[in-house]
Order: sequence, then structure tokens, then C-alpha cells
Amino acid sequence: MSTATAGLLFAGSLVVALGLAYRPAGDYMYRVLTSARHWRAERLVYRAVGVNPDGEQSWGVYARSVLAFSGVSVLFLYLFQRIQHHLWLSLGFPGVKPDQAWNTAISFVTNTNWQSYSGESTMGHLVQMAGLAVQNFASAAVGIAVAVALVRGFARKRTDQLGNFWVDLVRICVRILLPVAVVGAVVFIAAGMAQNLSAGTDVHTLAGAAQHITGGPVASQEIIKEFGTNGGGFYNANSAHPFENPTAWTNWLEIFLLLLISVSLPRTFGRIVGDNRQGYAILAVMAILAIGSIAAVNGLQLAHGGTVPQAVGSATEGTETRFGVPQSATFAAATTLTSTGAVDSFHDSYSPLSGAVLLGNMMLGEVAPGGTGSGLYGMLILAVVTVFVAGLMVGRTPEYLGKKIGAREMKFAALYFLTTPTVALVGTAAAFATGNNSTALNTGPHGLSEVLYAFTSAANNNGSAFAGITVNTVWWDTALGIAMGLGRLLPIIFVLGLAGSLARQKPVPASAGTLKTYQPLFVGMVVGVTVILVALTFLPALALGPLAEGLS
Amino acid sequence: MRLPAWLSQHLAALRALLVLTALLGLAYPLAMLAVGQLPGLRDHADGSLIQAGGKTVGSRIVGQAFTTDKGVPLVQYFQSRPSAAGAGYDPTATSASNLGPESVVDTLPDPQVKDDQGKQSLLTQVCARSKAVGELEGVDGSRPYCTPGGVGAVLAVFHRDGLTGPVTRVVSLNEACPATPFVTSYARARVECAKPGEDYSRGLVTPIRGDAPAQSAVPADAVTASGSGLDPQISPAYARLQAARIAKARGISVAGVTRLAGDHTTGRALGFLGEPAVDVLGLNLDLDRRYPVRP
Repeated sequence: MSTATAGLLFAGSLVVALGLAYRPAGDYMYRVLTSARHWRAERLVYRAVGVNPDGEQSWGVYARSVLAFSGVSVLFLYLFQRIQHHLWLSLGFPGVKPDQAWNTAISFVTNTNWQSYSGESTMGHLVQMAGLAVQNFASAAVGIAVAVALVRGFARKRTDQLGNFWVDLVRICVRILLPVAVVGAVVFIAAGMAQNLSAGTDVHTLAGAAQHITGGPVASQEIIKEFGTNGGGFYNANSAHPFENPTAWTNWLEIFLLLLISVSLPRTFGRIVGDNRQGYAILAVMAILAIGSIAAVNGLQLAHGGTVPQAVGSATEGTETRFGVPQSATFAAATTLTSTGAVDSFHDSYSPLSGAVLLGNMMLGEVAPGGTGSGLYGMLILAVVTVFVAGLMVGRTPEYLGKKIGAREMKFAALYFLTTPTVALVGTAAAFATGNNSTALNTGPHGLSEVLYAFTSAANNNGSAFAGITVNTVWWDTALGIAMGLGRLLPIIFVLGLAGSLARQKPVPASAGTLKTYQPLFVGMVVGVTVILVALTFLPALALGPLAEGLS
Repeated sequence: MRLPAWLSQHLAALRALLVLTALLGLAYPLAMLAVGQLPGLRDHADGSLIQAGGKTVGSRIVGQAFTTDKGVPLVQYFQSRPSAAGAGYDPTATSASNLGPESVVDTLPDPQVKDDQGKQSLLTQVCARSKAVGELEGVDGSRPYCTPGGVGAVLAVFHRDGLTGPVTRVVSLNEACPATPFVTSYARARVECAKPGEDYSRGLVTPIRGDAPAQSAVPADAVTASGSGLDPQISPAYARLQAARIAKARGISVAGVTRLAGDHTTGRALGFLGEPAVDVLGLNLDLDRRYPVRP
């Protein structure tokens, strides 16, 4: 079997497996998020937290709960890193320096998992498992909770109640994320991942040199890193590291896991709004964009354009032998299409046009299928924009799922859409204006790509990098931290504002003139709107970076 | 006493975080740690460490370098891929090179500065490795875009009007004077060697393909660094290339070495997952066990 055929089967089998998982996984999440029953263990948690699990919240209270939880989490994680040298299992590492601790704290709380540090030489085991990994769970749960609040906004009528954030948070952690994490961690250990608290083992290699084999609770963190679309590696090399991704089949499984929740959430959405066809339409939009992108990256990597790949005869720089070029490319596409940002190969060394596609994946706004929850709410915003555009074309008040899309709704949607491009482009410009682009390893168009990739990744909460750029400076740590915070929290506020506004409405009955938002026509329109909006926003920047490099 | 709403909200948030930390940050990973100590899982959980001659010599899934401390390949061992992890295969500094596909111009060492190594472009690294491996294994290490001297074949072409007009000057960017450039003339202009520190940024960077075959005798994985810098495996093609050298160094038949390499080769799982690969450490350990090198 040729490498290309194996790569095709690899990507194809992932698509089939996700298709099979769509209904059961989406239905399960629907039951978790709508059940009226609390588990006894959950009641204990609610008592400890001091909230009434049966009380619901308006959009303002829901948003304040999200912000309070995120704020407390950032502070906690910051302090945890700063004092790690006084704690158990610090491995002798000093406290993390202030700018880097800030950057890392906001990075993990916002589900970005951008890493300006190198895990094996900065973080002790306790900070990794009780600090960073906790946010791997919590930030994923926050994303899903916000998405579900928006869906409730569509489904409910004449109410200001959007659910209870604390109940959503706890249930998602306890009933969705933790069970998969427990099973997955055992599978990963069986596959060869490390799970220990060792400070490392000094060995003597056959050549007579010393090598320090690192330790750590890797498997328990690796599983939630993928399943929660986090992407922050235990080690610097992330999922390229043999301890984080030991075999070709763990590579497949990691891609499957990082796509699973985001791909299945449209089913949950369809169930809650009472029309599964709406879920299929959203899934179709995600699938068209995702499959197109995966095919493009695979094709471009196999064609290995660019001087160095041509000299080598293959795009193997930065890839692992056990995965090979196409299967690494599928991982790269999946990780940038979701907000994961884990990498099993290094995007900086990809052929120029593949790099452009990966950048484009993030610029789509992480919607195809996007991060856990954030992908669904991003896609629903795009659907709202699409019905608005369609409404303008035929001169009708736009509506989606029986809710009128008026001025107030459009303001929230437009603000949502404008946030991340603004943060990404202003950040990139600021880096050049202040001369901080000089830390990029490469020069010329590739240097611009590295800076643009960094800010796009941060603003969209992806966390992958053209890692040649040195970002462990006070300016970069601070600026990217701000970009991650704004890119996560502002959109969440706009989404919840939109949800509140939708929930208050009385649904308008469907009529002959209502746009059928479950038909292929609508799917095509959403794909078109998404691509056009992104192209209009980012084409000038892309033309100066990867396109200039790839076409010269 | 009733707390103001904004404060009670943050108190709830803090309590929620502490509860989640206890459950997800301590109970869960520690339980997984306990599961990892079960027979069958323990070896993996501890890092797949491997013993030989009573000593721990490495991890089965972490690559290592088979060179002298100066980086010279030990001829009796299969060689691993190039590595960008620290000084090479350093698990405390895992990394890829992160050099881009158009990283083709070297920063030449400044002769005025003592011990200045300059900075090699990815292209020159590839060319230099290809030449070195070719010489070690006795095959032709030439590649497209590489000079016979093993650096990137890249010219700075100066035009009269910037990007257009007749060519006024050509410099071979990666060949420091007094080297003789790999081509004598380009577009009827004489090609000069490069003077370290001189600014050639107004010239158009032009890689020269040359006439080397598209696929070199030296396989791709032998000249490119892996993603982790700890790649424990090499391609079967690279193993085949090395077999003759190892057979000679150990005084055994090439067929014997090839057979042993085959024993340490894994195919694609289920026929399509991953790529066929050869486990270098396991193979070298097996070689030492069966065919020890007489000192």
C-alpha cells in the first residue's frame, strides 16, 4: 500500500468513525444537559460550592458566573505556578516568572493552551496535574456550557432563564469528560504512555552518553488534552513526543478524540431545539469545511512544495517516522480546525501553502468543527449572519429557528464576529510596530507568517504555533495573554447576550416564506458566508505572508 | 451577615475550582497512577525502560544518538535521525528545528569573531547531512538545490532595476570566500563567493536546482530532524542503506544484518495506520547481544 493510500484510509476511517459516533455521543450529551435529576455526588458538590442547583440564571448572571470562574481560575493558576518551588513534586524547578505565569494561566483558562514554556524544563508534576490539567477539564466544560446556553436561547420562549452555569459546569466535567478520561488514560498507558511521578531516570546509552528519561503523569493529562480540545502538551514536543503519542494508532485515537465533542454537539443542538435536521445542517457545514481542509493539507504536503521539501524529496522535516507525512497532515488540519493546537508534527516546517491552509483553518474562527462548545456557538453565530444576509437579499425580516434576528441580535453577532480578527490583526501590527517581530526565527514572508500565526492562534484560542518564534519575552507573554483573554471572554459575553435576547422572544410561526435552515441551500450559504467573511478579513495579511512565500 | 452578590459569586467560583481541583487534579490522576501500577501496565507507566548488562540503557520508545560525544557516528551501530532536541536526543529539551521550507540562506560565521559558528539554514543542514551520510555509507549523497560541497545552492541575483533589468551581480550566498562558487556564471554574470557580514538583501534569493535526481540515494528521514527530536525509529530504506556498513564493522554477512533489521521493523497497524518503521535502539541492542564487537 502506498503512503498516500494509507493516508487516505486514515482520514476516511476517521470520518466514518465520527459519523457513527455523532448520534450516540450527541444524544448522550443531550441527556446530560437536560436531565432534571442530580446525582448524589453532584449534590454534594453543589453544597460545597454553595449554589442551589435548581435555580436558573438570566444571561447576565450566567455571564458573570463564567467570568467569575475564569477570573478566579486565572488567579489561582498564576499563584500556583509562582510558588511551585515550595510545593511537592516541583522537580527542583524555580517558580515560573511573572509574565510567563500570567501567559500560561490565561492560556489554559481560555482553552487556548498556547505554551511559551517548555513543559519538561519549567513545570513540576503537581502544577501540571492539579493546575494545568484541571483547566483542561474546566475550560472545555465552560465552552460547552456557553454553547448550551445559546441553544437554550433558541429553544426557549418568553423567559430570561438560560440554565445554571454551575450545574452545567459540574455535569459536563463529571458525566462527560471524566468518564472518557478514565477509560482513555488506561488505554493510553496500555499503548505505552508514561504515568508516574518520577523525577526522571538517568540512563547510559549504548554510545556511552548520559540521557535523562523524563517522567510525569502523562497519560491522565494527554487524554483530556485531546478530548477537551486543549492541546497543551506535557512536554515541549507535544503529541510528537513518544510518551504523548507512542504509536500510529494512538495518533488516530487522539485525532478522533479531539474532534468527537465538537462534531457531536450539533446533534445535541438539534435535540434541544426539537429538530434533528437543524443539527445535520450545522454538521454538514462543519464537514464540508473540515474535509476540504484535510484534503488540501494532505495533498499539499504530499506534493511537498517549497525549496527544502524539494531538496529532501519529501516534507519529512518536523515529522515522526511512525506517523509519516500524510497522517501528520491530517492531525495538523484537525488540530487547527478545532481549537486544540496540539501538534504531532511541526507546522513551521510545512510547505508554504500547507501552512497557509492551517492558518486559514484558525481564521475561520474555529468553527469547523471548532473547540468544545466554542465551535458550535461560533457556527450558530455564522448561521445567524447567514439568515441576515439572506433576509436582506429577499427583503424579509430574517429569522432562525423561529426567532427574529433583529437589530439587537445582529449587533451581538457582528460584535462576536469582529472580535477575533481585530485582536489577531491589531496584535500582529503591534508586534511589527514595536519591533517585537524580531524574535521570529525566520525572516521575510515566513517571519510575517510566524507573527500572524501566533496572534491568530492566540485570538482564536487555538494554541498551536509556527514554533520558530521566540515568545518567552515579557512583551510576547503579555500581549498574547491579552489576545487570548479578549479572544475568549468577549465572544462569550456576546454569545450569552444573544442567547438572552433570543430567549425573551415569542417564536414566530413558520410560514411559506420562511428560509428552511435544514436544506442543502442553507448549508451552502453558510459555507459561502464563512469563507467570504474570512477571505475579506484576512486576505491582505495572508498575501504578505504564506501566499507570497508559496507563490514566489 | 449577607455577602454582596459580586463577592458571593466569586466565593462560589473559588469553591467550585477547589472542588474540581480535588476531584480532577488529584483524585483522578492519582487513581490513574494506581491503575498504571497494575501488572501489564506498569512497565509502560514507568517509561518503558530497558535494561542491558544490568544497567538501564534507555527507554524502548525514546530515541538516542549512536555517536561519539563529538557527534561522529559509531560505525557498528545503526544511526538515528538528525535531532533538534538540545544537543541531540535530549529528553529535557524536546524540540523540532522549526525552520521553514524557504529557510535557504545561511548566516556565515564572522572570521573576526572567535568561535563564531554562524547559523545554518535548513537547506544547508539537509545538504550537509546528505553529503555526510553519503560518504559514510558509500553512496551518492547529492540532492537537488545542494552544492557538491554540501551547502544550499542559493544565489543572490542583483538586477539593474531591483526586480527587473539585466543582471549586474551574482553572489553564491552560502559559500564564504575564499570558496570557489558551485557555478562560475549565471545569466552571463560571474558568480562571486559571499563575504561574511556583507548585506546582500537587495539581491533576489534564487535557489538553483542543479541536476541531481529528485530522489536521492540518501532517504528523506536521514536528512531531516523529527518533530520531537526523540524519534526512536528510522525508515526501512534508511536501515537498508546502513546494513552493509554494520555488517562490515561487525564482521558478519549483510543478509544477517538485514534479517535482524527486519525483526525490528513494524508495519502499518491494521494495514493503514502509520508508516513502516525500524526500532533503532532495539535493533542495536540485539546486534550487540548476538554479534558483539571485539574490542
